[in-house]
Amino acid sequence: MRVKFDVSDLGLTTWPDHATRFLFGGCITVVAGLVASQFGPVMGGLLLAFPAIFPASATLIEKDEIEKKEKQGLNGTVRGRQAAALDAAGSAMGSVGLFVFALLVWKFATQTHTWIVLPGAMIAWLVVAVLTWEIRQLPRALMRKSHRPEIDPGSI
Amino acid sequence: MIQILLRFLVGGTVVSVFAMIGDLLKPKSFAGLFGAAPSVALATLGLTIATEGASYGATEARSMMAGAFAFFLYASLVSWVLMRWQVKALFVTLGALPLWFAVAFVIWALGLRP
Repeated sequence: MRVKFDVSDLGLTTWPDHATRFLFGGCITVVAGLVASQFGPVMGGLLLAFPAIFPASATLIEKDEIEKKEKQGLNGTVRGRQAAALDAAGSAMGSVGLFVFALLVWKFATQTHTWIVLPGAMIAWLVVAVLTWEIRQLPRALMRKSHRPEIDPGSI
Repeated sequence: MIQILLRFLVGGTVVSVFAMIGDLLKPKSFAGLFGAAPSVALATLGLTIATEGASYGATEARSMMAGAFAFFLYASLVSWVLMRWQVKALFVTLGALPLWFAVAFVIWALGLRP
């Protein structure tokens, strides 16, 4: 499956949606800091991987898909739920990268400069997340290939 | 107070940027990768290491590994339920949050507690 940028869906995200995500993101960052200062970094660190905006994002994806289908005069309830499910599956794959990000920061934060560790771990997150996604796509790609009718070069 | 405000602004901005990148990408499963971007961690760890030191940040990152594992189970459960049952995404995503807390805190209790 080909990955592409599609700006057509950008208009579906309204300002209240953006504001909600900003609010949740800001709040969980503050809470993580407060928990760390109250209960120590061991407890505070758990919240660094809290799915803070996940419910808001999944709901938004479901709503957008339903609206798109309704514009075509169709019922988009099932499609909306499937889109949210696919997004969640992607997030599960992204969390493998999140684990690697945390592992690298844990191992190298005390040995190297922050400006090297954080961007490096960030790149590692992206690489691992994309690779996990690619590996997950592999069986489907192979299945599609095996179902494609063979073209006999001699017949052309 | 200024630090709390700074954390709020940085956290909100980083989370929003990753969410917007996710909005632009297709297919949905690939866009979902950005739902698990280390956005809160990026905002927090940079500030934490600058104020509390690298060792403090490393300890937070060690705990974050437990949180990431909990995130994996949480997101997998949400995807599985949404694919099989006719339930609204909001109910599933909020209803499954106790799983994240349970897994994260069990790992904390078993191996991370000082």
